[in-house]
Amino acid sequence: MSQVRVLVGTRKGAFVLASDGKRKRWDVSGPHFGGWEIYHLKGSPADPNRLYASQSSAWFGQLIQRSSDGGKTWEAVGNKFAYEGTPGTHLWYDGTPRPWEFTRVWHLEPSLTDPDTVYAGIQDAALFRTGDGGQTWQELPGLRNHASASSWQPGAGGLCLHTILLDPAHPERIFIAISAAGVFRSDDGAKTWRPMNRGLRSEQIPNPTAEVGHCVHRIAMHRSRPNVLFMQKHWDVMRTDDGGESWREISGSLPTDFGFVIDVHAHEPETIYVVPIKSDSEHYLPDGKLRVYRSRNGGKEWEALTKGLPQSHCYVNVLRDAMAVDSLDPCGVYFGTTGGQVYASADAGDSWEPIVRDLPSVVSVEVQTLS
Amino acid sequence: MIIRVVLPAHLRTLARVNGEVKLDLDGTATQRSILDALEATYPMLRGTIRDQVTQQRRAFVRFFACEQDLSHESPDAPLPDPVAKGAEPFLVVGAMAGG
Repeated sequence: MSQVRVLVGTRKGAFVLASDGKRKRWDVSGPHFGGWEIYHLKGSPADPNRLYASQSSAWFGQLIQRSSDGGKTWEAVGNKFAYEGTPGTHLWYDGTPRPWEFTRVWHLEPSLTDPDTVYAGIQDAALFRTGDGGQTWQELPGLRNHASASSWQPGAGGLCLHTILLDPAHPERIFIAISAAGVFRSDDGAKTWRPMNRGLRSEQIPNPTAEVGHCVHRIAMHRSRPNVLFMQKHWDVMRTDDGGESWREISGSLPTDFGFVIDVHAHEPETIYVVPIKSDSEHYLPDGKLRVYRSRNGGKEWEALTKGLPQSHCYVNVLRDAMAVDSLDPCGVYFGTTGGQVYASADAGDSWEPIVRDLPSVVSVEVQTLS
Repeated sequence: MIIRVVLPAHLRTLARVNGEVKLDLDGTATQRSILDALEATYPMLRGTIRDQVTQQRRAFVRFFACEQDLSHESPDAPLPDPVAKGAEPFLVVGAMAGG
Protein backbone atom coordinates (compact mmCIF):
# COMPACT_ATOMS: atom_id res chain seq x y z
CA MET A 1 0.00 0.00 0.00
CA SER A 2 1.29 3.41 -0.88
CA GLN A 3 2.15 5.93 1.80
CA VAL A 4 2.49 9.67 1.81
CA ARG A 5 4.89 11.68 3.92
CA VAL A 6 4.42 15.44 4.17
CA LEU A 7 7.46 17.39 5.34
CA VAL A 8 6.55 20.71 6.92
CA GLY A 9 9.01 23.48 7.78
CA THR A 10 7.78 26.16 10.20
CA ARG A 11 9.10 29.19 12.02
CA LYS A 12 9.56 27.05 15.13
CA GLY A 13 10.50 23.57 13.99
CA ALA A 14 9.84 20.78 11.51
CA PHE A 15 6.91 18.37 11.43
CA VAL A 16 6.46 15.10 9.57
CA LEU A 17 2.88 14.10 8.67
CA ALA A 18 2.36 10.54 7.47
CA SER A 19 -0.62 8.68 6.04
CA ASP A 20 -1.50 5.69 3.94
CA GLY A 21 -2.65 6.10 0.35
CA LYS A 22 -6.18 6.97 1.42
CA ARG A 23 -4.85 10.18 2.96
CA LYS A 24 -7.57 10.30 5.59
CA ARG A 25 -5.80 9.56 8.87
CA TRP A 26 -2.50 11.24 9.65
CA ASP A 27 0.27 10.61 12.15
CA VAL A 28 1.99 13.82 13.17
CA SER A 29 5.53 13.85 14.54
CA GLY A 30 7.39 16.88 15.75
CA PRO A 31 8.42 19.48 16.45
CA HIS A 32 11.85 18.42 15.33
CA PHE A 33 14.44 21.13 16.08
CA GLY A 34 11.87 22.95 18.22
CA GLY A 35 12.37 26.68 18.42
CA TRP A 36 14.46 26.88 15.23
CA GLU A 37 13.32 28.21 11.86
CA ILE A 38 13.07 25.43 9.31
CA TYR A 39 13.01 27.14 5.95
CA HIS A 40 12.92 23.89 4.00
CA LEU A 41 13.21 20.14 4.25
CA LYS A 42 13.12 17.72 1.38
CA GLY A 43 13.69 14.04 0.64
CA SER A 44 15.96 12.49 -1.95
CA PRO A 45 14.13 11.12 -5.00
CA ALA A 46 16.83 8.43 -5.16
CA ASP A 47 16.42 7.32 -1.53
CA PRO A 48 13.19 8.47 0.12
CA ASN A 49 14.52 7.80 3.62
CA ARG A 50 17.28 10.34 3.09
CA LEU A 51 16.00 13.75 4.14
CA TYR A 52 17.74 17.09 4.43
CA ALA A 53 16.61 20.07 6.50
CA SER A 54 17.71 23.68 6.68
CA GLN A 55 17.68 24.79 10.32
CA SER A 56 18.53 28.34 11.30
CA SER A 57 18.14 31.00 13.94
CA ALA A 58 19.11 34.62 14.31
CA TRP A 59 21.13 33.66 17.39
CA PHE A 60 23.01 30.55 16.32
CA GLY A 61 23.12 30.73 12.54
CA GLN A 62 22.69 27.97 10.00
CA LEU A 63 22.67 24.22 10.48
CA ILE A 64 21.96 21.43 8.05
CA GLN A 65 20.31 18.29 9.39
CA ARG A 66 20.25 14.91 7.64
CA SER A 67 18.09 11.90 8.28
CA SER A 68 18.66 8.42 6.88
CA ASP A 69 15.49 6.88 8.32
CA GLY A 70 12.73 9.04 6.95
CA GLY A 71 12.86 11.66 9.67
CA LYS A 72 12.87 9.47 12.78
CA THR A 73 16.42 10.50 13.72
CA TRP A 74 18.62 13.33 12.51
CA GLU A 75 22.26 14.32 12.59
CA ALA A 76 23.82 17.73 12.06
CA VAL A 77 26.13 17.71 9.04
CA GLY A 78 28.28 20.40 7.46
CA ASN A 79 27.14 24.00 7.76
CA LYS A 80 30.04 25.98 6.31
CA PHE A 81 28.84 27.99 3.32
CA ALA A 82 31.87 30.00 2.22
CA TYR A 83 31.67 31.95 -1.03
CA GLU A 84 34.30 31.01 -3.57
CA GLY A 85 37.08 33.62 -3.75
CA THR A 86 36.53 37.16 -2.57
CA PRO A 87 32.86 37.99 -3.02
CA GLY A 88 32.11 41.28 -4.70
CA THR A 89 29.07 43.41 -4.05
CA HIS A 90 25.41 43.48 -4.98
CA LEU A 91 23.07 46.42 -4.47
CA TRP A 92 21.42 47.10 -1.14
CA TYR A 93 17.86 48.42 -0.76
CA ASP A 94 19.09 52.00 -0.97
CA GLY A 95 21.05 51.34 -4.16
CA THR A 96 24.49 51.33 -2.55
CA PRO A 97 26.93 48.44 -3.07
CA ARG A 98 26.91 45.81 -0.33
CA PRO A 99 29.32 42.88 0.05
CA TRP A 100 27.84 39.41 -0.38
CA GLU A 101 27.13 37.92 3.05
CA PHE A 102 25.79 34.48 3.92
CA THR A 103 22.57 34.59 5.96
CA ARG A 104 20.70 31.29 5.54
CA VAL A 105 19.78 28.39 3.30
CA TRP A 106 16.36 28.93 1.77
CA HIS A 107 16.00 25.78 -0.30
CA LEU A 108 17.56 22.31 -0.50
CA GLU A 109 17.14 20.41 -3.75
CA PRO A 110 18.40 16.81 -3.65
CA SER A 111 19.77 15.31 -6.86
CA LEU A 112 17.34 13.22 -8.87
CA THR A 113 19.79 10.30 -8.92
CA ASP A 114 22.26 10.49 -6.00
CA PRO A 115 21.16 10.73 -2.34
CA ASP A 116 24.49 12.31 -1.35
CA THR A 117 24.24 15.17 -3.83
CA VAL A 118 22.16 18.19 -2.89
CA TYR A 119 21.95 21.74 -4.20
CA ALA A 120 21.40 24.60 -1.75
CA GLY A 121 19.98 28.02 -2.58
CA ILE A 122 21.16 30.62 -0.11
CA GLN A 123 20.87 34.24 0.92
CA ASP A 124 22.75 36.35 -0.23
CA ALA A 125 21.92 34.67 -3.51
CA ALA A 126 24.26 31.88 -4.53
CA LEU A 127 24.10 28.21 -5.40
CA PHE A 128 25.99 25.60 -3.38
CA ARG A 129 26.33 21.86 -3.80
CA THR A 130 27.35 18.91 -1.67
CA GLY A 131 28.46 15.59 -3.07
CA ASP A 132 29.08 13.89 0.28
CA GLY A 133 25.70 13.91 1.93
CA GLY A 134 26.01 17.42 3.32
CA GLN A 135 29.36 17.06 5.11
CA THR A 136 30.95 19.73 2.91
CA TRP A 137 29.42 22.39 0.66
CA GLN A 138 31.05 24.09 -2.30
CA GLU A 139 29.77 27.13 -4.12
CA LEU A 140 29.04 26.81 -7.84
CA PRO A 141 30.31 30.33 -8.42
CA GLY A 142 29.32 30.80 -12.06
CA LEU A 143 25.97 32.18 -11.03
CA ARG A 144 27.23 34.77 -8.54
CA ASN A 145 29.95 35.73 -11.01
CA HIS A 146 27.38 36.48 -13.70
CA ALA A 147 27.94 39.92 -15.23
CA SER A 148 24.62 41.18 -13.86
CA ALA A 149 25.21 40.10 -10.26
CA SER A 150 26.57 43.43 -9.05
CA SER A 151 23.18 44.95 -9.96
CA TRP A 152 21.03 42.39 -8.11
CA GLN A 153 18.89 43.89 -5.33
CA PRO A 154 17.08 42.07 -2.53
CA GLY A 155 13.34 41.65 -2.32
CA ALA A 156 11.67 42.35 1.00
CA GLY A 157 12.72 38.92 2.30
CA GLY A 158 16.37 39.37 1.35
CA LEU A 159 18.46 38.56 -1.71
CA CYS A 160 17.52 34.91 -1.72
CA LEU A 161 17.94 32.05 -4.15
CA HIS A 162 14.71 30.26 -3.34
CA THR A 163 13.90 27.92 -6.24
CA ILE A 164 16.01 25.21 -7.87
CA LEU A 165 14.58 23.04 -10.66
CA LEU A 166 16.59 20.10 -11.99
CA ASP A 167 15.67 19.06 -15.52
CA PRO A 168 15.09 15.28 -15.59
CA ALA A 169 15.60 15.13 -19.35
CA HIS A 170 18.80 17.18 -19.46
CA PRO A 171 21.03 16.45 -16.44
CA GLU A 172 23.22 19.48 -17.13
CA ARG A 173 20.27 21.88 -17.16
CA ILE A 174 19.30 23.74 -13.97
CA PHE A 175 16.82 26.56 -13.48
CA ILE A 176 17.05 28.82 -10.44
CA ALA A 177 15.08 31.85 -9.31
CA ILE A 178 16.22 34.76 -7.17
CA SER A 179 14.23 37.54 -5.52
CA ALA A 180 14.63 40.07 -6.94
CA ALA A 181 16.88 39.18 -9.88
CA GLY A 182 14.69 36.68 -11.73
CA VAL A 183 15.15 33.33 -13.44
CA PHE A 184 18.52 32.01 -14.63
CA ARG A 185 19.27 28.81 -16.55
CA SER A 186 22.44 26.81 -16.87
CA ASP A 187 22.92 24.20 -19.60
CA ASP A 188 26.37 23.10 -18.47
CA GLY A 189 25.93 21.86 -14.92
CA ALA A 190 25.99 25.33 -13.28
CA LYS A 191 29.22 26.55 -14.88
CA THR A 192 27.59 29.35 -16.88
CA TRP A 193 24.18 30.97 -16.62
CA ARG A 194 21.83 33.05 -18.73
CA PRO A 195 18.97 35.25 -17.48
CA MET A 196 15.61 33.85 -18.60
CA ASN A 197 13.26 36.76 -18.07
CA ARG A 198 12.12 37.82 -21.54
CA GLY A 199 8.43 38.57 -21.49
CA LEU A 200 8.30 39.50 -17.82
CA ARG A 201 7.03 42.97 -17.07
CA SER A 202 7.52 44.54 -13.62
CA GLU A 203 6.28 48.07 -13.17
CA GLN A 204 8.12 48.35 -9.85
CA ILE A 205 11.57 48.57 -11.46
CA PRO A 206 12.98 51.43 -13.56
CA ASN A 207 12.93 49.42 -16.78
CA PRO A 208 9.84 47.17 -16.57
CA THR A 209 11.21 44.73 -19.17
CA ALA A 210 14.81 44.64 -17.93
CA GLU A 211 16.84 41.48 -18.50
CA VAL A 212 17.27 41.04 -14.72
CA GLY A 213 15.68 42.58 -11.64
CA HIS A 214 12.28 40.84 -11.57
CA CYS A 215 10.87 39.59 -8.30
CA VAL A 216 10.09 36.02 -9.28
CA HIS A 217 8.43 34.27 -6.36
CA ARG A 218 8.32 30.69 -7.61
CA ILE A 219 8.67 28.56 -10.73
CA ALA A 220 7.32 25.04 -11.23
CA MET A 221 7.88 22.26 -13.75
CA HIS A 222 6.19 18.99 -14.67
CA ARG A 223 8.75 16.19 -14.99
CA SER A 224 7.33 14.97 -18.29
CA ARG A 225 7.66 18.35 -19.99
CA PRO A 226 10.64 20.26 -18.62
CA ASN A 227 10.54 22.95 -21.30
CA VAL A 228 7.23 24.20 -19.92
CA LEU A 229 7.54 26.23 -16.73
CA PHE A 230 4.94 28.10 -14.74
CA MET A 231 5.77 31.16 -12.66
CA GLN A 232 4.19 33.11 -9.86
CA LYS A 233 5.90 36.48 -10.12
CA HIS A 234 5.44 39.20 -7.51
CA TRP A 235 2.52 40.28 -9.65
CA ASP A 236 1.52 38.12 -12.68
CA VAL A 237 1.25 34.40 -13.28
CA MET A 238 3.34 33.43 -16.30
CA ARG A 239 4.29 30.42 -18.45
CA THR A 240 7.05 29.55 -20.86
CA ASP A 241 6.94 26.81 -23.49
CA ASP A 242 10.54 27.12 -24.57
CA GLY A 243 12.59 26.50 -21.45
CA GLY A 244 12.45 30.09 -20.26
CA GLU A 245 13.48 31.80 -23.50
CA SER A 246 10.18 33.70 -23.49
CA TRP A 247 7.31 34.07 -21.04
CA ARG A 248 3.69 35.08 -21.47
CA GLU A 249 1.09 36.04 -18.91
CA ILE A 250 -1.67 33.59 -17.96
CA SER A 251 -3.21 35.47 -15.02
CA GLY A 252 -6.54 35.61 -16.86
CA SER A 253 -9.54 35.65 -14.54
CA LEU A 254 -7.67 35.33 -11.23
CA PRO A 255 -9.05 37.71 -8.59
CA THR A 256 -5.51 39.02 -8.08
CA ASP A 257 -2.33 37.86 -9.73
CA PHE A 258 -0.11 38.56 -6.73
CA GLY A 259 0.95 35.47 -4.80
CA PHE A 260 3.80 33.21 -3.84
CA VAL A 261 3.15 29.53 -4.60
CA ILE A 262 2.52 27.74 -7.88
CA ASP A 263 2.57 24.01 -8.55
CA VAL A 264 1.67 21.47 -11.22
CA HIS A 265 -0.58 18.39 -10.98
CA ALA A 266 1.45 15.16 -10.87
CA HIS A 267 -0.27 13.56 -13.88
CA GLU A 268 -1.76 16.44 -15.84
CA PRO A 269 0.97 18.82 -17.01
CA GLU A 270 -1.58 21.50 -17.95
CA THR A 271 -3.24 21.51 -14.53
CA ILE A 272 -1.74 24.13 -12.24
CA TYR A 273 -2.50 25.62 -8.83
CA VAL A 274 -1.98 29.06 -7.29
CA VAL A 275 -3.20 30.83 -4.17
CA PRO A 276 -3.91 34.47 -5.02
CA ILE A 277 -2.94 36.98 -2.32
CA LYS A 278 -4.55 40.39 -2.13
CA SER A 279 -1.51 42.59 -2.76
CA ASP A 280 2.15 43.12 -2.06
CA SER A 281 1.33 45.62 0.66
CA GLU A 282 -1.19 43.41 2.42
CA HIS A 283 0.12 39.85 2.09
CA TYR A 284 -3.15 38.19 3.00
CA LEU A 285 -6.04 36.57 1.19
CA PRO A 286 -8.59 38.66 -0.75
CA ASP A 287 -12.04 38.96 0.82
CA GLY A 288 -11.05 36.85 3.83
CA LYS A 289 -11.50 33.68 1.73
CA LEU A 290 -8.95 30.90 1.37
CA ARG A 291 -9.26 29.89 -2.26
CA VAL A 292 -6.89 27.75 -4.27
CA TYR A 293 -7.26 28.49 -7.98
CA ARG A 294 -6.83 25.68 -10.47
CA SER A 295 -6.43 25.85 -14.19
CA ARG A 296 -6.87 22.63 -16.16
CA ASN A 297 -5.77 24.14 -19.45
CA GLY A 298 -2.40 25.66 -18.67
CA GLY A 299 -3.69 29.02 -17.55
CA LYS A 300 -6.43 29.78 -20.08
CA GLU A 301 -9.20 29.51 -17.48
CA TRP A 302 -9.14 29.44 -13.70
CA GLU A 303 -11.61 28.00 -11.18
CA ALA A 304 -11.80 28.70 -7.45
CA LEU A 305 -11.47 25.63 -5.20
CA THR A 306 -13.16 26.31 -1.88
CA LYS A 307 -14.73 23.09 -0.57
CA GLY A 308 -13.39 22.55 2.93
CA LEU A 309 -11.46 25.82 3.04
CA PRO A 310 -12.50 28.77 5.26
CA GLN A 311 -14.55 31.32 3.33
CA SER A 312 -14.76 34.11 5.88
CA HIS A 313 -12.41 36.00 8.19
CA CYS A 314 -9.33 34.20 6.90
CA TYR A 315 -6.27 36.41 6.45
CA VAL A 316 -3.34 34.04 6.19
CA ASN A 317 -0.64 33.86 3.52
CA VAL A 318 0.81 30.85 1.70
CA LEU A 319 4.55 31.27 1.22
CA ARG A 320 6.52 30.35 -1.87
CA ASP A 321 7.78 26.93 -0.81
CA ALA A 322 4.58 25.90 0.96
CA MET A 323 2.72 23.88 -1.70
CA ALA A 324 3.44 20.41 -3.05
CA VAL A 325 1.73 17.48 -4.78
CA ASP A 326 1.93 13.72 -4.30
CA SER A 327 2.00 11.28 -7.21
CA LEU A 328 -0.93 9.08 -6.24
CA ASP A 329 -4.06 8.83 -8.38
CA PRO A 330 -6.02 11.00 -7.83
CA CYS A 331 -3.25 13.49 -7.28
CA GLY A 332 -2.94 14.88 -3.74
CA VAL A 333 -2.31 18.58 -3.26
CA TYR A 334 -0.97 20.08 -0.02
CA PHE A 335 -0.26 23.56 1.25
CA GLY A 336 0.60 25.27 4.52
CA THR A 337 -0.35 28.71 5.77
CA THR A 338 1.23 31.40 7.89
CA GLY A 339 -1.58 30.62 10.36
CA GLY A 340 -0.17 27.14 10.95
CA GLN A 341 -2.70 25.06 9.02
CA VAL A 342 -1.64 22.35 6.58
CA TYR A 343 -4.45 21.51 4.15
CA ALA A 344 -4.62 18.39 2.03
CA SER A 345 -6.74 17.45 -0.94
CA ALA A 346 -6.88 13.80 -1.99
CA ASP A 347 -8.90 14.63 -5.13
CA ALA A 348 -6.69 17.06 -7.02
CA GLY A 349 -8.12 20.09 -5.27
CA ASP A 350 -11.87 19.42 -5.50
CA SER A 351 -12.12 19.23 -1.70
CA TRP A 352 -9.81 19.98 1.21
CA GLU A 353 -9.29 19.00 4.82
CA PRO A 354 -6.82 20.32 7.37
CA ILE A 355 -4.26 17.73 8.48
CA VAL A 356 -3.19 20.04 11.33
CA ARG A 357 -4.58 23.42 12.29
CA ASP A 358 -2.29 25.01 14.84
CA LEU A 359 1.35 24.61 13.91
CA PRO A 360 3.73 27.56 13.99
CA SER A 361 3.68 29.66 10.83
CA VAL A 362 4.39 27.33 7.89
CA VAL A 363 7.31 28.18 5.63
CA SER A 364 7.60 25.08 3.46
CA VAL A 365 5.71 21.93 2.48
CA GLU A 366 7.13 19.00 0.57
CA VAL A 367 5.55 15.62 -0.15
CA GLN A 368 7.01 12.18 -0.62
CA THR A 369 4.99 9.39 -2.19
CA LEU A 370 6.29 6.08 -0.85
CA SER A 371 5.45 2.74 -2.37
CA MET B 1 43.22 21.99 33.30
CA ILE B 2 39.50 21.45 33.27
CA ILE B 3 37.38 24.34 32.02
CA ARG B 4 33.65 24.49 32.71
CA VAL B 5 31.39 25.84 29.97
CA VAL B 6 27.68 26.59 30.23
CA LEU B 7 25.85 26.53 26.88
CA PRO B 8 22.42 27.98 26.10
CA ALA B 9 19.57 25.47 25.94
CA HIS B 10 19.38 25.24 22.14
CA LEU B 11 23.08 24.44 21.90
CA ARG B 12 22.91 21.86 24.69
CA THR B 13 20.15 20.13 22.73
CA LEU B 14 22.19 20.32 19.54
CA ALA B 15 25.32 18.94 21.25
CA ARG B 16 23.23 16.37 23.13
CA VAL B 17 24.60 17.34 26.54
CA ASN B 18 22.98 18.04 29.87
CA GLY B 19 24.29 20.65 32.25
CA GLU B 20 27.81 22.01 32.08
CA VAL B 21 30.39 20.90 29.54
CA LYS B 22 33.84 20.14 30.88
CA LEU B 23 36.80 20.63 28.57
CA ASP B 24 40.38 19.50 29.20
CA LEU B 25 42.44 22.41 27.93
CA ASP B 26 46.20 22.71 27.35
CA GLY B 27 47.82 26.14 27.49
CA THR B 28 46.24 29.47 28.29
CA ALA B 29 42.48 29.65 28.71
CA THR B 30 41.18 32.22 26.22
CA GLN B 31 37.91 32.59 24.38
CA ARG B 32 39.56 31.17 21.28
CA SER B 33 41.15 28.18 23.01
CA ILE B 34 37.87 27.34 24.75
CA LEU B 35 35.86 27.59 21.53
CA ASP B 36 38.48 25.61 19.61
CA ALA B 37 38.27 22.82 22.19
CA LEU B 38 34.49 23.01 22.36
CA GLU B 39 34.11 22.72 18.57
CA ALA B 40 36.65 19.89 18.40
CA THR B 41 34.66 17.90 20.96
CA TYR B 42 31.24 18.88 19.60
CA PRO B 43 31.64 19.53 15.84
CA MET B 44 27.92 20.24 15.48
CA LEU B 45 28.50 23.50 17.34
CA ARG B 46 30.74 24.88 14.60
CA GLY B 47 29.27 28.07 13.24
CA THR B 48 26.70 28.45 16.01
CA ILE B 49 28.77 30.59 18.40
CA ARG B 50 31.21 32.21 15.97
CA ASP B 51 31.13 32.52 12.21
CA GLN B 52 33.02 29.71 10.51
CA VAL B 53 34.62 31.98 7.94
CA THR B 54 35.36 35.18 9.87
CA GLN B 55 35.64 33.56 13.34
CA GLN B 56 33.69 36.56 14.68
CA ARG B 57 31.33 36.02 17.60
CA ARG B 58 27.76 35.88 16.37
CA ALA B 59 25.94 39.11 17.05
CA PHE B 60 23.33 37.67 19.41
CA VAL B 61 25.77 35.57 21.43
CA ARG B 62 27.64 36.90 24.48
CA PHE B 63 30.39 35.55 26.72
CA PHE B 64 30.08 36.06 30.48
CA ALA B 65 32.28 34.90 33.36
CA CYS B 66 32.80 35.98 36.95
CA GLU B 67 29.89 38.39 36.61
CA GLN B 68 31.61 40.22 33.75
CA ASP B 69 30.69 40.60 30.09
CA LEU B 70 33.80 39.47 28.23
CA SER B 71 32.18 39.60 24.79
CA HIS B 72 34.23 42.54 23.60
CA GLU B 73 37.55 41.32 24.95
CA SER B 74 40.15 40.02 22.52
CA PRO B 75 39.54 36.34 21.72
CA ASP B 76 43.18 35.77 22.67
CA ALA B 77 43.09 37.58 26.02
CA PRO B 78 43.62 35.27 29.02
CA LEU B 79 40.38 34.61 30.86
CA PRO B 80 40.05 35.32 34.59
CA ASP B 81 41.89 32.90 36.87
CA PRO B 82 38.73 31.35 38.34
CA VAL B 83 37.71 30.29 34.82
CA ALA B 84 41.16 28.94 34.01
CA LYS B 85 41.15 26.98 37.27
CA GLY B 86 37.64 25.63 36.81
CA ALA B 87 36.24 27.44 39.84
CA GLU B 88 33.87 29.50 37.69
CA PRO B 89 32.21 28.54 34.41
CA PHE B 90 32.55 30.31 31.07
CA LEU B 91 29.02 31.19 30.01
CA VAL B 92 27.90 31.26 26.38
CA VAL B 93 24.68 33.24 26.40
CA GLY B 94 22.01 33.80 23.77
CA ALA B 95 20.74 37.38 23.81
CA MET B 96 17.33 37.83 25.43
CA ALA B 97 14.50 38.40 23.01
CA GLY B 98 10.81 38.76 23.37
CA GLY B 99 8.30 41.17 24.82
